[in-house]
Amino acid sequence: MRDVLLFVGVFLACLVEAVEALTIVLAVGHTRGWRPAWEGVAAGVAVLAVVVGALGPALTVIPISALRLVVGGLLLIFGLQWLRKGILRAAGLKALHDEEAAFARETVAALAAGEATATARDWYGFTVAFKGVLLEGLEVAFIVVTFGASQGSLGLAVGASVLAVVVVVCLGFAVRRPLARVPENTLKLAVGLLLTSFGTFWAGEGAGLSWPGGDAAIVVLVAVYASVVLALTAWLRGGLTVSSGTGGSVA
Amino acid sequence: MRRLRAFAFFWYDFLVGDDWLLAAGVVAGILAVDLLQRAGHDWWWLLPIVVVATLGVSLGRARPSVRKR
Repeated sequence: MRDVLLFVGVFLACLVEAVEALTIVLAVGHTRGWRPAWEGVAAGVAVLAVVVGALGPALTVIPISALRLVVGGLLLIFGLQWLRKGILRAAGLKALHDEEAAFARETVAALAAGEATATARDWYGFTVAFKGVLLEGLEVAFIVVTFGASQGSLGLAVGASVLAVVVVVCLGFAVRRPLARVPENTLKLAVGLLLTSFGTFWAGEGAGLSWPGGDAAIVVLVAVYASVVLALTAWLRGGLTVSSGTGGSVA
Repeated sequence: MRRLRAFAFFWYDFLVGDDWLLAAGVVAGILAVDLLQRAGHDWWWLLPIVVVATLGVSLGRARPSVRKR
């Protein structure tokens, strides 16, 4: 059960980040040409591979209880950040991340940066694609490495991330447009739930707690946190109907 | 110096995010559970409660205030 949840969590997290990275790469490719876009993607993936390759083995030599305490804490913080944003968006207090708008924004910025000459390397296109892949991928790389190392299933976590990226790239090629129809906020809430649940479980285990039911406690944590998310979203929506002059984005 | 500041800001934003309270609540909760465990108390229920409370308070701070007309 724990392996299934780990696979789903890593897969969904990678799916969300891959959609965001793909949006940036497509905008660069359409406006600056596909060569700098692909070069930026290749460089970003290479740096990410180095990060995973270096961090993965390094984490396996740390005592498992200390690792779970630290990794559990970091996953908890990440998970709560995703949940907070997801709840604020679901309640209408924060703008939904619109991939079409992001695509248009990146396209305008790329066009405004001017034309690259035929012989010169297009550093603007390269840098934007590189940064997009690296920044979106860094959080996923961290989740892959920490999930994999804490569970002793780095291969499973890497497999889930690769599958997610392949799915998004195939869909991107098929539609040649940003994947705006992916219900990004729902996915983010699901990922936030899994990160928070695993983070709580591992941090507790790292501190020496004995969870009732062993691994089954993760499923209970997911269910409890899901109920809390629904309740908090309803609470915030209720606040919106009572208050006046609301709106604007919340940090 | 500017690059160093940008580097530090990137990691702060990456690890702490929009609301520092989330990170502070998680660290405090884990420390409390760890200390209690060392004292012989297996309070497994405490950490989920701290997590839910931290999230609730953080969202409460982001909630628009109810205005009286």
